[in-house]
Order: sequence, then C-alpha cells, then structure tokens
Amino acid sequence: MRYIEPHGHMVSRVTDDYVDMATAGCAAVCEPAFWAGFDRSSADGFHDYFCQLTEHEPKRAAKFGIPHFCWLCINPKESEDVQLAKDVIALIPDFLDKPNVLGIGEIGLNKNSRNELKILELHVDLAARHNQLILVHTPHLEDKLKGTRLILDVLKSDRRIRPERVIIDHVEEHTIGPVLDAGFWAGMTLYPESKCTPARAIDMLETYGTERIWMNSACDWGVSIPLAVPRTALEMKKRQWTADAIDRVVYQNPLKFLSQTPKFRV
Amino acid sequence: MTRQHVLDLYFMEARSKLIDLAAFLDRVERAEGEADFRLNALQQAIRELDTGNADRAKRVLLALSDPTTEPIPAAPGKGAIGAWQGSK
Ligand SMILES: [Zn+2]
Repeated sequence: MRYIEPHGHMVSRVTDDYVDMATAGCAAVCEPAFWAGFDRSSADGFHDYFCQLTEHEPKRAAKFGIPHFCWLCINPKESEDVQLAKDVIALIPDFLDKPNVLGIGEIGLNKNSRNELKILELHVDLAARHNQLILVHTPHLEDKLKGTRLILDVLKSDRRIRPERVIIDHVEEHTIGPVLDAGFWAGMTLYPESKCTPARAIDMLETYGTERIWMNSACDWGVSIPLAVPRTALEMKKRQWTADAIDRVVYQNPLKFLSQTPKFRV
Repeated sequence: MTRQHVLDLYFMEARSKLIDLAAFLDRVERAEGEADFRLNALQQAIRELDTGNADRAKRVLLALSDPTTEPIPAAPGKGAIGAWQGSK
C-alpha cells in the first residue's frame, strides 16, 4: 500500500512514528504550521518554528525516506493578538521560496472571533498575492458549523481565490456538504474522539463520493494516531472497497491537490 | 455493503457504545450537585437518533452546534466544550 499523509505535525512526534509511517507505505508527509500547545511570546518564536519546518524537519524525515513538505501561517489559536499575527504574517514571504513550502496553512478560525476573522482575511490576501495554495483549519466541536460558514464567506467573497486550490480541513457530517458544493476540497481528520472515526469518514466517502476529498491523521502533541490513514484504508478493505478505490483516496487525491504546486513531488 | 455485512462489522461496537452511553447517563444521575447545559444538550441530541432518516450523525452534530452567524467580539479562551451553551 502507498499513501500520503497530507496533515501531520511531525515536529511533535518521535522517530518511531516516522519508522511506522514509512513501514506502512507513507510516500510523503505535509506539515501545516500549528499552535505549539502554548502561546509563543514573540514573532521571533515563529521565525524559529518556520526554520524548523523548512530546514530541520525535512532532514529528519529524509532519514526515514519520507519527503517532508510544510505550510506556513500563524494559527487561529494565536490570532487573537492582532499585532503579533501581523508581525508573523510579515515574516512569511521570505520563506515562500523554500523548496518544501506548499502554501499558506493551516489558517482559519478557532472561537470565531472578530480578530481571528481579520487575521484569516490577511492570510487569504497573502496567499492570493503570492499565488499560494491554501489549507484551512475549521474550528472544534460546537464552533465548527459557524466557523465553517464564516470561512466559506471569506473565501467566496475574495474573487482572486480559486476553490480548487483550497482545502478545508476537519470536515464532519454537518459541514462537508457546503464545502464540496462550493467547489473546495474537503479534508477529513481521523481522531479517536473528536472529529471523525474511520467508520464515519468512510460513511462520508460512500455518501458524497471520492472527488476532492482527502483523509489525514492530523497527528500532533495531543491524542492522535499517526497511522490513522493506513488503518482507515484497512477498514475500507473490510468494507469491500477495491485496492484501486482505496488508492484513489489515500494517495491519488492528495497527489492531485498538492501537485497544483510544482514543489510537491513524490 | 449489505445490511447484514454492516451488522457483522459494526453491531458489537454500536452495542458497546450504547451501553456506555446508558451507563454514563446513570452515573450522572447517581452523582450529586447540579448538572450544566451539557447534559441537556446531550439529551436533546439523543432525540435525533429516533428518526427514520439516514442523516442522524449530521443532525446530532447540528444539535450540539452554535447556530449563530455573527463573529463574537473576542475569543474567551482557546478550547471548545462539545455543546453550545447559548448566547450569554
Ligand atoms: Zn493541524
């Protein structure tokens, strides 16, 4: 089996995870910029993080034979501080030419506040000005429905944004429809408790079809499973999916979206 | 998949989760003190199971979601709770 992990926060994972992923057939891993679990105290902290994502982590992944790519932004959990967010956004253009940078992400909303929305709009503008792909995080639990609607409004109201170049991540049964209907890609995150279980993710694939959808583990420093994508592939097999159909979802779909930037090669 | 195949794959898991949910509701009832809005939200959401349409998961999620559309003035913190408390 081969698969692409399109969303994994590998700086939070141990080398054994890389070994397991490589063993399971991981052909590439993509790491969106994320919250560290605590607030960084300055833009300098983000500068170091972007260096980690663009220089150090690709070397670590390469030791296990896995190409490593990343997305850059200040995440919505730290966007309430507008001045900090603006300072971080100003750092990003200098990193966009790095060979493993795929685009701007994971931007989005967390608690659906005015400041978060303002920073989301600045990120979308940055992506549009630099012709970058976009990866969007949708909020958690009770905030997801409202956040997804607000995010769709922002993206649809910017005429420079082409929906086929945007993936809206962490969709669930109540948000996948509007995302796909608007022409965007949808990401399903496989978590043990929140977001999607493998069974529910496969339900959505069987309900909505396999066009413009990918699955990811979003493994990070919290409760998450780095092998969630290949394990879901096993469950698809149990549900009588053919090897070709599984490959389309776990490998060809992410390849199709990510290949919209020439930097993505596996 | 046939219904038989779905049952073969998932019945025991669903049975286990249902008993866990029942035991959770019993545990809450046996405990002391006031509950908060989460219990009521869960009980409302459970009612969504009792219909004949194949969109129960969606309706349970909607029942637990913030239905408002305006951004809030400021983020009160970072976390989410799993149910909507209502406009404060
Ligand atoms: Zn993430």
